[in-house]
Amino acid sequence: MADSLSSAQPPAPSAEDHVRGESGLLVIEYGDYECPYCAKTEMLLADLPLRRVFRHFPVPSKHPRAPALSHAAEAVALQGRFWEMHESLFTDQGHLDDPHLWNRIRDLGLDLDRFEADRRSDRVRERVERDFRSGLRAGVMTTPTLFVNGEAYAGVPDAELLTRLRAGPG
Amino acid sequence: MIAPGTPAPDFALKDQDGNVVSLDDLKGQTTLLVFYPLDFSPVCTDQLNVYQEVLDELRERGVQMYGISVDSAYSHKAFQEKLNVTIPLLSDFEPKGQVARSFGVYADDYGVAQRALVLIGPDGVVKWSHVSPSPLEVPGVNLIFDALDAAPAA
Repeated sequence: MADSLSSAQPPAPSAEDHVRGESGLLVIEYGDYECPYCAKTEMLLADLPLRRVFRHFPVPSKHPRAPALSHAAEAVALQGRFWEMHESLFTDQGHLDDPHLWNRIRDLGLDLDRFEADRRSDRVRERVERDFRSGLRAGVMTTPTLFVNGEAYAGVPDAELLTRLRAGPG
Repeated sequence: MIAPGTPAPDFALKDQDGNVVSLDDLKGQTTLLVFYPLDFSPVCTDQLNVYQEVLDELRERGVQMYGISVDSAYSHKAFQEKLNVTIPLLSDFEPKGQVARSFGVYADDYGVAQRALVLIGPDGVVKWSHVSPSPLEVPGVNLIFDALDAAPAA
């Protein structure tokens, strides 16, 4: 049986995580690439001075394509370009089918055969599953959900939260 | 809100396919009732989508999950299809909200069930219950697993 899904705070960022930004408030986001609210959140957070962690929270009955897209992003991560893929998926949610993914791989100059193998691998599936389960344990019920200083904010960040994020720690 | 240790009130409700599900039918298994306000309201949508993801894991732990709201069986059928979920949905439709009332989770002001979770043991006694402070606060699946860890299903 899998580990219990009992309550647990989202894990602190580790070497396994996708972290961007050296300083600023730590924001841990649970999101999915087929979610329009996550795309909007991406735009709102992009230029803020934050230390950001992105974790996958694909819910297939809601967004059927979301698991495959998270797997694709993780496969690209294995070739060292996670954040570029992440941005590219959120920037153009009208093009999320396989041929569109292959175009992105070519544009990034990556190894397409390796991408195709990696995105179907157990390693990548387990990586996404781990994020998803950590979100469930932290009580995530909708995307996006942001954790700031241990507090959960569901949905697109509002003006008040954005002001706090912009102000930084302290 | 019904308290742990209380025998669950008897009920017999139609599911989304018109089959009657009664408390008697559920005896011998652990049952999770997920009370929610209404089909097709955006928050419920996310709630059942996420719960669907742990349906099998709950079954492995001996728990069967049922959604329940004041909507009709026909509405439930359409809602289930729209959400693309297989969680059975019970119709607390006539008299409206009677089962929600008997479990103490009916919101009179709104005419719908509150957002609440009730875990019923195989003996028909409530093992755990939880009601959301507001309909916008959706209980995470972690709370269900916390309750199961504290009082394992038979």
